[in-house]
Amino acid sequence: MAKRIDVSGLSAYYGAHKAIDDISMTVEPRSVTAFIGPSGCGKSTFLRTLNRMHEVTPGGRVEGKVMLDDENLYGTNVDPVAVRRTVGMVFQRPNPFPTMSIFDNVAAGLRLNGNYKKSQLNDIVEKSLKGANLWNEVKDRLNKPGSGLSGGQQQRLCIARAIAVEPDVLLMDEPCSALDPISTLAIEDLIGELKERFTIVIVTHNMQQAARVSDRTAFFNLAAVGQPGKLIELDDTERIFSNPSVQATEDYISGRFG
Amino acid sequence: MSHAIQDRPLSVAPRRGTLSHARLPRWTPAAVAAGSVLAGVGTGLAAGWHSKVQWGLISALLFVLVTYALTTKVEGSRQAKDRVATSLVWVCFVLAVVPLLSLAWVTVSKGLAVLDGYFLTHSMNGVLDAEAGGGIYHALLGTVEQVGIATLIAAPIGLLTAVYLVEYGGGKLAQAVTFFVDVMTGIPSIVAGLFVLTTWNLTLGFGPSGFAGAMALAILMMPVVVRSTEEMLKLVPNELREASLALGIPKWRTILKVVLPTAIGGITTGVMLAVARITGETAPVLLLVFGTKLINPNPFEGAQSSLPLYVYEQYAVGTDAAVARAWAAALVLIAFVMILNLVARGIARWKAPKTGR
Repeated sequence: MAKRIDVSGLSAYYGAHKAIDDISMTVEPRSVTAFIGPSGCGKSTFLRTLNRMHEVTPGGRVEGKVMLDDENLYGTNVDPVAVRRTVGMVFQRPNPFPTMSIFDNVAAGLRLNGNYKKSQLNDIVEKSLKGANLWNEVKDRLNKPGSGLSGGQQQRLCIARAIAVEPDVLLMDEPCSALDPISTLAIEDLIGELKERFTIVIVTHNMQQAARVSDRTAFFNLAAVGQPGKLIELDDTERIFSNPSVQATEDYISGRFG
Repeated sequence: MSHAIQDRPLSVAPRRGTLSHARLPRWTPAAVAAGSVLAGVGTGLAAGWHSKVQWGLISALLFVLVTYALTTKVEGSRQAKDRVATSLVWVCFVLAVVPLLSLAWVTVSKGLAVLDGYFLTHSMNGVLDAEAGGGIYHALLGTVEQVGIATLIAAPIGLLTAVYLVEYGGGKLAQAVTFFVDVMTGIPSIVAGLFVLTTWNLTLGFGPSGFAGAMALAILMMPVVVRSTEEMLKLVPNELREASLALGIPKWRTILKVVLPTAIGGITTGVMLAVARITGETAPVLLLVFGTKLINPNPFEGAQSSLPLYVYEQYAVGTDAAVARAWAAALVLIAFVMILNLVARGIARWKAPKTGR
């Protein structure tokens, strides 16, 4: 549960295009790390390299090492499917499976992986929905389709689906950008609770959000359009937002960027 | 149109500086249509034209022109263009529906004459072509068996090909497959029949059978299944695939449990349309199944019959009794295809992703 991520010398490519260049960082267990930076700087790409989702994109390719505790995710003989069971992901837009009920959506990861006991399924679904603060809203309609929920509820359903398989790390790619402020608040509260159990990495365009939810913040930037994105600095969130050590970070945070 | 009474007078000049303007009453299109048809029929009768097509064309032309003139006068030129576009759509709709309805009407009215339980449950065994009696049981059985076997061959291959093209393909092989599927779509049915005839019957030495016909039908069906399934799989949002993969679900299970169920409604419809297409094929059946008057339940040995082939044979005989049988068989064929389509729609609706609102 809750593992440390240690990235060293990681570059990711889309075909011949280098999207991120030589990134090294450490993400502490049981903490929230936020990635901020302008669009196109490679935050999401980097996030997707952390559970080997980057290579799902045609032409996606990665160089470097990502250590999860003491195991290299990109080592030989490492099964990407096993990696993704350990490192879960929540996407920008809520994407519940449209053919499945709320219950089936949460149970999907377990059922389709095949490693579960039938008697436990009800408990796991209930626990996951409670963990995602959605249980009270949906407990009477578990057999209704997940796509009938509101956007904020759908996103919490997706979080419940992700935590139902008990990953060690939870990656969130702008999980609130399609949601209203109230749903956003619900998810942010949830992130605060989830960090007791998981290592959380969140990409966000909302700097207040990064300041509110994260313990550590990483600022990414790119030299120019078409250039690969780079990690500028990673520090305690408080320090990044009050007294960053790099001028570019301060410019970006205070809105003087570009 | 009982609710036709409008509180606004028919022609008031548009007032400047307001957002409202004079509108034609809601019954205008219907009234213009009725008037145009009357005028068309009247002109046709007066001039003594026999061709109903001329009557219809005059009516359609009048409908569009009068709508345009009237709207320009009352509502202005932008609304007139809008109405003309709407009228043209309606005219095209009617032009498309008239042949369909007339076909259905003629088939039903001529086909019902001999269509009864006896006709459906008896073959032509011992019935002379010229005399009345007999039935289509042997042809119906043949069609069901041949189409069933063709679907069993073509649907899985087509489905898997489409899955390959959408989920795995991307290289040279996928391009080649796409190209050959396109080429196959254009194969005339007689060529598919000749292909099976030369390989299966002439080279390998098998006799005519329902199975030989089914193979030719499968060749015709496959590209249709591939194309429609491909389109349906492309409609499945990539986000669903990523959501599933990110849960640590292997790709093959993602395809099987997430992608295919999401698209299953459209895929079923596509397969059923392909089935409907091959059900009416005559040429390969004529070459390969050969036709018989007897009931042959074994599709792997001996000549069979099929509905399109039966229609063709009976119509070729030309006696009143035979032509009546041909119409009845045609009606059964249409009903068969229609039932398949309704079943497909039912499945599509039943399996479609539910919104649950």
